[in-house]
Amino acid sequence: MKYYLTIVLFFLLSGNCLNARTIRVGKDHPVKTIQAAILQAQTGDTILVFPGHYKEKNIIISKTIFLIGKGRPVIDGEYKYENISIKAPSVLVEGFRIIRSGVSSIEDFAGIKIYDQSFVVIRDNILEETFFGIYMQYAKHCLIQNNILRAFNKQEQQSGNGIHCWKSDSLRIIGNKISGHRDGIYFEFVTHSIIWKNISENNLRYGLHFMFSNNDAYISNTFRQNGAGVAVMFTHHIRMEKNVFEDNWGDGAYGLLLKEISDGFITGNRFSSNTIAVFMEGSNRIHLSGNKLSKNGWAMKVLANCMDVTVSGNNFLGNTFDVGTNGSLVLNTFNQNYWDKYEGYDLDRDGKGDVPYRPVSLYAMVVEQNPSAMILFRSFMSALLDKTEKLIPTITPENLKDDFPLMKPVQL
Amino acid sequence: MKKIIKYVIIDILRNRIVLAYTLFLLLISMSVFNLEDNSAKGLLSLLNIILIIVPLVSLLFSAIYVYNSAEFMELLVSQPLKRKTIWLSLYTGLAISMGIAFFVGAGLPILLYAATATGLTMLLMGILLSVIFVAIAMLAAVMTRDKAKGIGVSILLWLYFSLLFDGIILFILFQFADYPLENFMVGVSAFNPIDISRIMILLQLDESALMGYTGAVFKQVFGTTPGLMATFLVLFIWVSMPVWISARKFNRKDL
Repeated sequence: MKYYLTIVLFFLLSGNCLNARTIRVGKDHPVKTIQAAILQAQTGDTILVFPGHYKEKNIIISKTIFLIGKGRPVIDGEYKYENISIKAPSVLVEGFRIIRSGVSSIEDFAGIKIYDQSFVVIRDNILEETFFGIYMQYAKHCLIQNNILRAFNKQEQQSGNGIHCWKSDSLRIIGNKISGHRDGIYFEFVTHSIIWKNISENNLRYGLHFMFSNNDAYISNTFRQNGAGVAVMFTHHIRMEKNVFEDNWGDGAYGLLLKEISDGFITGNRFSSNTIAVFMEGSNRIHLSGNKLSKNGWAMKVLANCMDVTVSGNNFLGNTFDVGTNGSLVLNTFNQNYWDKYEGYDLDRDGKGDVPYRPVSLYAMVVEQNPSAMILFRSFMSALLDKTEKLIPTITPENLKDDFPLMKPVQL
Repeated sequence: MKKIIKYVIIDILRNRIVLAYTLFLLLISMSVFNLEDNSAKGLLSLLNIILIIVPLVSLLFSAIYVYNSAEFMELLVSQPLKRKTIWLSLYTGLAISMGIAFFVGAGLPILLYAATATGLTMLLMGILLSVIFVAIAMLAAVMTRDKAKGIGVSILLWLYFSLLFDGIILFILFQFADYPLENFMVGVSAFNPIDISRIMILLQLDESALMGYTGAVFKQVFGTTPGLMATFLVLFIWVSMPVWISARKFNRKDL
C-alpha cells in the first residue's frame, strides 16, 4: 500500500513535467514562426527551432520555456529590433545565430536581453553584428556559457558591450569568446559573480570593465589586444587569478588598470607585451603574487596614492621598466620577487640577494615627467644617469625597494 | 682600384690591430651570450658595445691608418692613377675590413645565439656604424695635417656623437618640455648616426614601451616602410657625404 502511494505521489508531483510539450518551428513544420510558437507555449514547454532565417522583429519570451535552435537557425534583427527579450525566469536560449540587432543611441538594443529575471541560461549561441551582445539588468543566478560574440564597429559610440551586466547578482559567465565590441565584458553593480575561461580580444575599449562590482572573481580568462586592456574600478574584494593579459598597446592602454580598488588578490596571472602591465591608482590592500610580467613597457606603475599593496613572489622578465611611480611616498611592500635586471650577489647562498633591488630607475622617472625623453633611452647618456642614481639615490623613491630579491625565477 | 683595395686589406690584416679587435669583439659577445640566461638580455648588453666601442675603434683605427699610410699614398699619387680612385680605394679597403671584423666578432655570435629580428637589426646597424665612422675618420684625417691633432679631433668627434649630442638633446628636452617635441626629436636624431641606430634597435627591443606615449610618432616614422627607407637613406648619406667631401679635399690637398 505504501509502495503504491509513493508511485501515485510521484506521478502527481511530476505531472507538470509530463505535460510539457515540444513545439517544432520551421519551414516543414506546422508552426512557422518563433513568435507563434511562444504564443502557443505554456510554462515548461520546449520550442525546437529548425534551420532558417527568422526575421521576427522583437521576440519577447514572457513564459518559462526552453528555446532551442537545431542546426543553428538565424534570428535577424535587421538593424532595427532587439532580437530576443527575456521577461520570464528560468528561460533557456541555446544554439542560435543572432545577427544584426538594432543600433540606437537612446535605447540599449541587444542580441539577447534579460529583464529582471533569474536562473536564465544562455548557451552556445553565436551573436554577430549586435549592438549590445547579451545584456542583463537586475538578473540573478544566470549562466552565460560558450557563446561567441563578434562585432565589427570601428567607433565606440556606435558599439555596445559584448556581455553587459548591470545591477545583477550571482552570475556565471563561462567560456565565451568576445571580440570587436566596445567593452568585452562589462560589470556595473554586479556582485558574487564569476567570470571564467572567457576570451576577450580586439575590443574597442576594455576587454573587461568592472565598476562597483564587489565580491567577484575572474579566473583563467584571456584579454588580448583590447584598445585599453582591462579596467577594474571602485570595487572591493575581487580575485583575479590565472588570467592572461597580452598585447595591449598604446598611450593609456593597460594590461590591468586598477583604480580605487581594495582588498583584491591578483595571483598567477601572466602579463606580456603590454605598454603598462599593471597600473594602480588609489588601490589599497592588494596582494600580487605568483604573477609573471614579461616584455612589458612598464611592468607596474604604482602611483603614490596606493597603500598596503604587497608585491611578492612575482617574476619580472625583460620589461623595459620594472616599476614606475609619480612621487616619493611609498606605502607599499615589494618583497622576494625575481627581477631579471638585478645585479646583486648572494654570498650566503640562501637564494635571496644580499643587497636590495631598486626597481624604479632614474630614467623611468625622467620618462614619466617627459615622455619624449624615451628617444634617448638606452643611450650612453641614460645608462650613465641610471648608474649614478643607483649609487646615490636622489630622485627615485628611496623606500621603493625589494630587500630580498630572488636570485632565481619563481617556479610558476 | 681592385689592386689597391686588395693591398689595403692585406696591409690591415698584417697590422694585427684589426685581428685583435675582432678577437676582442668575439670574446665579449660570446661571454655576454653565455653568461646571461636568455639571449634577449645578451643582446641588451651587446647593444652598449655596439654603440660605444664600434664607433670608437672604427674612428681611431681609420684615422691612424690614414696618417700612417701617408708615404704609401704619396707613392701612389706619383703613379698614373686618379687621386679620387686612390682615396676611394683606401676607404673601401678600410670599410670592408672594419665591416668584416665586426661581422666575425659580433655578427657570428649574434647569428648563433640570437638570430631574431632584434639580433639582425643589431648586426646590420653595427656594420653600418663601422662603415660610417670609417668615413668620418677619413674626413677628420684629411682636414688636419698634424697626426696628433687629427687623432684628437677623431676622439672629440666620438665623444660628441656618443655622449655630448645626447646630453644636448636631453637639455633641450627639459628646457622646452612644455612644447610638443616628438617630431623635432625624430628630426634631430637624424644628425647622429649612433642615435638612429639605437632607435632602430630600440624599436625592436622595447616595442611595448615605445608604443605608448611618443611611441606612436616613433613607430610612424621609423616603423613604416617609407620611414624605414628614409632612415636608411639618412644612414647612406652619413656614409656618402663624408667620403665625398673628403675625396674632394684629398683631390686638392698638397701632400
